[in-house]
Amino acid sequence: MKNSQTVLAFQESWLAEPRVALDKKIAEYLGSIVVDQTGAFLSQVAETKLRSQAETLANELKTQGEKLFKEKPLAGVCIGIKDNIAVEGEQLTCGSRILEKYRAPYSATVIERCEKAGALIFGKLNLDEFAMGSSGENSAYLKTSHPTHPDRVCGGSSSGSALAVAGRLVDTSLGSDTGGSIRLPASFCGTFGLKPTYGRVSRYGLVAYGSSLDQIGPLSNSLSDLELMARVIYGSDPRDSTSVQTELAGWNSEVSKSANPRPQFGFLADNCLEGLQPEIRLQYEVLKEQARSKGAQVSEIDLGFLKQSVPVYYIIAMCEASSNLSRFDGVRYQSRAAASFEASKLDEFYESTRALFGSEVKKRILLGAFALSSGYYDDYYLKAAKVRRLIAQELNQVFQKIEAIVLPTSSTTAFKKGERQTDPVKMFLSDLYTVVANLAGVPALAFPHSKDNEGLPIGFQIMGPGFSDEKLVIWAEQYLTQAIDVGAK
Amino acid sequence: MNFEAVIGLETHVQLNTESKIFCGCPAKPRTGVSVADQEINSSICPVCTAQPGTLPVLNQKVVEFALRAGLATQCSIRSPNVFARKNYFYPDLPKGYQITQFELPIAENGFILIDLPSGEKKIRLKRIHIEEDAGKNVHYGPYSLVNLNRAGVPLIEVVTEPDLSTPQEASQYMKALYALVTYLEICDGNLQEGNFRCDANVSVRPIGESRLGTRVEIKNVNSFRYIEKAIEYEIHRQVEMIRAGKRIVQETRGFDSARGVTQTLRVKEEAEEYRYFPDPDLAPIVISDRQIELVRVALPELPRDHQKRLESEYKLSSYDASVLTTDKTLAVFFDQCIAYMRPKAKPEADVPSLAKSCCNLLTTEVLRFLTENQIEMSEVKITPSDLGELTLKWVAQEVSSTGAKKVLEKLLSEGGSVELWVTKLGVKQENNDGELMKIVESVLAENGAQFKEYCSGKDKVIGFLVGQIMKKTGGKANPSKVQMLIADIAKKSG
Ligand SMILES: [Zn+2]
Repeated sequence: MKNSQTVLAFQESWLAEPRVALDKKIAEYLGSIVVDQTGAFLSQVAETKLRSQAETLANELKTQGEKLFKEKPLAGVCIGIKDNIAVEGEQLTCGSRILEKYRAPYSATVIERCEKAGALIFGKLNLDEFAMGSSGENSAYLKTSHPTHPDRVCGGSSSGSALAVAGRLVDTSLGSDTGGSIRLPASFCGTFGLKPTYGRVSRYGLVAYGSSLDQIGPLSNSLSDLELMARVIYGSDPRDSTSVQTELAGWNSEVSKSANPRPQFGFLADNCLEGLQPEIRLQYEVLKEQARSKGAQVSEIDLGFLKQSVPVYYIIAMCEASSNLSRFDGVRYQSRAAASFEASKLDEFYESTRALFGSEVKKRILLGAFALSSGYYDDYYLKAAKVRRLIAQELNQVFQKIEAIVLPTSSTTAFKKGERQTDPVKMFLSDLYTVVANLAGVPALAFPHSKDNEGLPIGFQIMGPGFSDEKLVIWAEQYLTQAIDVGAK
Repeated sequence: MNFEAVIGLETHVQLNTESKIFCGCPAKPRTGVSVADQEINSSICPVCTAQPGTLPVLNQKVVEFALRAGLATQCSIRSPNVFARKNYFYPDLPKGYQITQFELPIAENGFILIDLPSGEKKIRLKRIHIEEDAGKNVHYGPYSLVNLNRAGVPLIEVVTEPDLSTPQEASQYMKALYALVTYLEICDGNLQEGNFRCDANVSVRPIGESRLGTRVEIKNVNSFRYIEKAIEYEIHRQVEMIRAGKRIVQETRGFDSARGVTQTLRVKEEAEEYRYFPDPDLAPIVISDRQIELVRVALPELPRDHQKRLESEYKLSSYDASVLTTDKTLAVFFDQCIAYMRPKAKPEADVPSLAKSCCNLLTTEVLRFLTENQIEMSEVKITPSDLGELTLKWVAQEVSSTGAKKVLEKLLSEGGSVELWVTKLGVKQENNDGELMKIVESVLAENGAQFKEYCSGKDKVIGFLVGQIMKKTGGKANPSKVQMLIADIAKKSG
């Protein structure tokens, strides 16, 4: 029997038997990780370390009782970390050969916060190389599979983060979302996933892909776990200049009291839903009725800029990536190609090591470098930056009239492995519904809803204006989720 | 055909902030340790070594220092100004890009005034921008290693319009800018350690031609003398090339100071491609009017104002005043010497002559000592009151010029008091007229023939007589005094 308790439920049972419950949970998870076939974990933290942390926590629980959970809200929570987030002393491969031997000499701010809150870090989770990919097929290490349909992809780039949660290998996980990288795998695997308002979660320690788009966020099997994680990881960070440097950054649990009891939700008009898988289309209608019946006000909206958002997103993300990934040059981080030792010229030295990048990464670096080069900069990067601003403006105008938009996460459920590897345009279109939130810096919460004819999870997302993160969780709970268990077997 | 040169300078000024521009690492070695002696890779952290996932956080002191430079050069301050990434690969550049400012620098359109024999000239500044320094590659035999102590040390780059037309103007500009940044106390000004380095863009064209010639860049010159020599050589080289019907190649050259020539470093085959774009990790720098005013009112006296003050208060020549104010420590030292001497100088009218004498000692003897020993003004042992005291003695003829120089040398290298060295070196001039008169009389008696010649109007023989007396007194006598006494005796006997 796999653990399907929420964190709060676990903490209650743990309180009753401080010596046993946590040890038992750890043993269960470790066992599940051993037999895992989905490729979720890239590395595990030493069991002895987990055991000694667990013992310390158990002692604290015995002396402090319930008070411990006030001080350490994540006490006893087992979490997995996407392997592009730094944990001191652990590997930080980013799913790439180029960082094969690297160990992070410091911890990301979110990791420090989780550790301080009593979380147990189980290990590093699989991902598309440098978070580039929508299917989870671009890891240089382990192949990933969908948790219930092994011939299907699990979605990416936070593939391992969704797999570990859906497969009950951890309680919750951290992923990163640049253009849907949390929400898409969450949707494919039937879990929750939150992409925070840009700047509310520190990026310090997240290996950058598209710096102006990247946010770290939690994935979980319940909204209460998601909120618990959010409460810990949100907050301003002096080490990240793009983090919101006011109290507004922190998670505000008081918001529930002020949330509109009859929120106005926008659902996409037909023209924005072309090409949607019929079952998803149908469930979207079901969801709309469900929200209405639960008391939400529902209207139809037209997001005409959705189609432009994908090319704009890719230009900006690739441009930033081409520069962000320049540091992987073979000079530092222990990993360099054997051939680099024979290089007689500096260019050869760089070429030999940078050949270790996978093909998707190379492609994006090249395209990004091209779009930034003189003569093309104005037509690509600058134009994309302008359109991005316009999209954000238009979206803000939409949010003047309604409070949140409910929309699909993906046009299809989890697709077959290899299916889109040869069709980059189709692969890029997987991101049609997700990139807008990143371009505009607004929060979006992916939630599981139903299943298609093959039993694959169908998920949707709710997206609100900046700083509405807390409301999204409340609204998802009150109006959009049904009491079904879609993730686990 | 006659040619003229068109010269523009780009100067990298290392700011002397405590910590680096984007992390908390110390920006310079501990006091007393030179950059060369600093342990390799001892001032580094995850941020300045570009560990994956780290982010830059701007040191606000850097903005303040750049503002000082911008305001002191009458630049307009841009707000917001924006950091950009300059992308290129080099082992000493850990991130694979340099954080700098490109389209939107912090300061623009200012100027610096320089002194020329023909008068004052205004050199327009195109821009001043903030950037980070790179590390340093270190080569050991077949191995190349990287020292990142310097990576992330803050710089400002000051870029002129092509307003300079001679090597002398270039070095005058470099001196004026150097004086400015040291007066502003934003740069330590250690030239040997590369705190202040210039790139010169040089082209030549026939006089009367309005189009610019092909531009050659001379990289990394860190001395006022070398910039002059490098540009002089480069102008000569380009003119000779054109006269010989050859084409000037657009390239980057380095100056070989030992041979006094510039040499090709790399030829620009194609336009450099740095793929600049705004750095998404750093917010634009917003500067409020209040912030500008705060920096403006706190600006210290600038070298040019100081120079003018020295000229008007002490009647120093503008040449002397400009030499003193090239180096703030020197100029402040001078001010302190005057402050010491002023109450001791009897009539107020004496001050200009004291000032002139003191200035001579500083700009000739002291500066020579600094150059010979490769040290800075701040490192010498002498105090302003010492130099003031020595000047007073010299002007009062209690020590001779040679004596004063000897004492100064000791004060510079070993310290101690003026009184001590005057006694120790035995350079006190004999001013006791009675005793001196006896010696003079005896010498004149011994050299009766020469004395007669003198009395009969052969002035030149005085030198011989004075020399004999000096010999007898072991150099202690005051020669002009001796001369006066001889003249007196001659009058009496004549
Ligand atoms: Zn550092």
